[in-house]
Amino acid sequence: MSKEVLSVKNLNMHYETLSGDVHAVKDVSFSVKEGESFGLVGESGCGKTSVAMSLLQLQADNAKISSGSIVLDGVELVGMNESELRKVRWDGISIVFQGAMNAWNPVVKVGEQIREAIREHYPEKSKAENTEKIESLFKMVGLDAAVIDRFPHELSGGMKQRAVIALALSCDPKVVIADEPTTALDVVIQDQILNEIKKVQELLGLSLIYISHDIAVIAEMTDQMAVMYAGSIVEIGPTDKVFSTPKHAYTRLLLESTPSVVGEKKKLRSLDGEPPSLINEITGCSFSPRCPDPSDDCKNQNKEMKLVEIEPGHFADNCCVDCG
Amino acid sequence: MKKNVIEVKNLEKYYEVSGGFFSRKKDIVKAVDDISFEIPFGESLGLVGQSGCGKTTTARALCLLDPKTGGDVKFYNNETQDMENIDNLQDEELKKFRRNIQMIFQDPYESLNPRWTIKDIILEPLNIHNIGDLKDREEAVVEILKTVGLTPPGNYLPRYPHELSGGQRQRVSMLDVSIRISIMDLMLNLAKDLEVSYLYITHDLAVARYMCNRIAVMFNGKIVEIAETEELLNNPIHPYTKRLISSIPVPDPSYDRKVYDVNYDELDAIISKHGTENPLVDIGNEHYIATHDVKGLI
Repeated sequence: MSKEVLSVKNLNMHYETLSGDVHAVKDVSFSVKEGESFGLVGESGCGKTSVAMSLLQLQADNAKISSGSIVLDGVELVGMNESELRKVRWDGISIVFQGAMNAWNPVVKVGEQIREAIREHYPEKSKAENTEKIESLFKMVGLDAAVIDRFPHELSGGMKQRAVIALALSCDPKVVIADEPTTALDVVIQDQILNEIKKVQELLGLSLIYISHDIAVIAEMTDQMAVMYAGSIVEIGPTDKVFSTPKHAYTRLLLESTPSVVGEKKKLRSLDGEPPSLINEITGCSFSPRCPDPSDDCKNQNKEMKLVEIEPGHFADNCCVDCG
Repeated sequence: MKKNVIEVKNLEKYYEVSGGFFSRKKDIVKAVDDISFEIPFGESLGLVGQSGCGKTTTARALCLLDPKTGGDVKFYNNETQDMENIDNLQDEELKKFRRNIQMIFQDPYESLNPRWTIKDIILEPLNIHNIGDLKDREEAVVEILKTVGLTPPGNYLPRYPHELSGGQRQRVSMLDVSIRISIMDLMLNLAKDLEVSYLYITHDLAVARYMCNRIAVMFNGKIVEIAETEELLNNPIHPYTKRLISSIPVPDPSYDRKVYDVNYDELDAIISKHGTENPLVDIGNEHYIATHDVKGLI
């Protein structure tokens, strides 16, 4: 049994805005084991990225973790000061941001930008050591060593994204968060990048948190997964179980609204309406207003949101388990 | 016999690129190289391929946004009830043609005028094409916003593009899961009710499967395979088509997806040789493939 690397318990995060407090992450708990990959899936605005930002505590200035705990390798991250956090970031947890390939400094060579990150964390290492490290990272993600001396504009989108992954690995993190790393890429490149991530993960025994709105990518990339809706996890469990026996009405809808090139062509279901505004605190089940075929309890919003265990390790919110 | 709304024959879009400021040498980039297809009324043709393969260039040439450099585009003229070559269109007819062929862009957010409100932006095309009176137009704007899930519309009308969040921007560009199917359904209903035809451009064959009657696969400016959607997915012949289909993630953790690997450089060399003298051949079931020799790659 491999050990737990990251454990998140009852995490709550708010954004203070002019129109009120937005409760973006609600009571989120999950854990990731060594070498495991954990998927977070949901619509845009459901809080996936807010969770990622909380893990690194890189959230915007108006955001606050109001309660909960994030333990990385036995060390509590919530409540750490900025200088302690700097040591954890990139070293403990690193992230491949959404659209990160556009974040390269256009006037600095790609290799130099990675070297900068390594220097920050390991000032004692020599330039030659760092170059060797970057070369091996590039090899791992399928880039030629010559790319070290290239400027970002000389690289294609796929190459830039590979370099971003090398950057995320540069300080030997235990956990890598990949937030929609392939959204801007076309399918063939996406496929190559996904393979690269899988290969590197196995090679280094990394724990991966994979964030995506694309349930097909989550199916292929993760061992465990959680479905988020309006800031809460509504279903969590082993990926194969969530796909074979989805329990929450929202999960089932997500699965039935995803097109596929294999198998019989099936009718896709659409999800009408939009996620609730998180400015007003929601009492009861947040999905009820959009539930296509709500049970009586769900319709009357009788039940508090609460994850119940359906089978070993597979949990779903008790409200929409019996809905259509 | 199906009636076609548009017929494209040997369409070409070549760009001249100079080798540098001091160089006299000019290179020709064949962004779209001799492609032909037609779309019947109310049907959709998917144009799939990787970025840079010429999908969007084809569409821009059809919409007259960029003039084509060769070939013929004919469309069905309601008045004459005949196919008409777009090269022969003048003034009013041209305006009418532009109204009848519309392009929905990948990322509308980037193409929104930052100094106009959402209302102005959506009203503009209705004004230019004189559709209904002002009241009709304003109602249409409200309907359009509702359709794309930007509700209540009243909240969005006076906003400027920068005030739309990333999520709303995704919503407009159809990436979001929940809204994607609604928009796809909306487009399909329009096709059925109003006999709208689509040239649907995507790199995602899974999406194309739900939107299109037929699919054309493009590689480096050329169509390498074209067939009815299910036929293409179940019986792909061209190695590039196989590669493309096998690259799509499958929403089933138990499915063991095997990527069909091809050497792009070899493929490119073979396809570059193929030209007008080698038209697509019908292999039955209205399934056409490029006739260049791909045997070595299969």
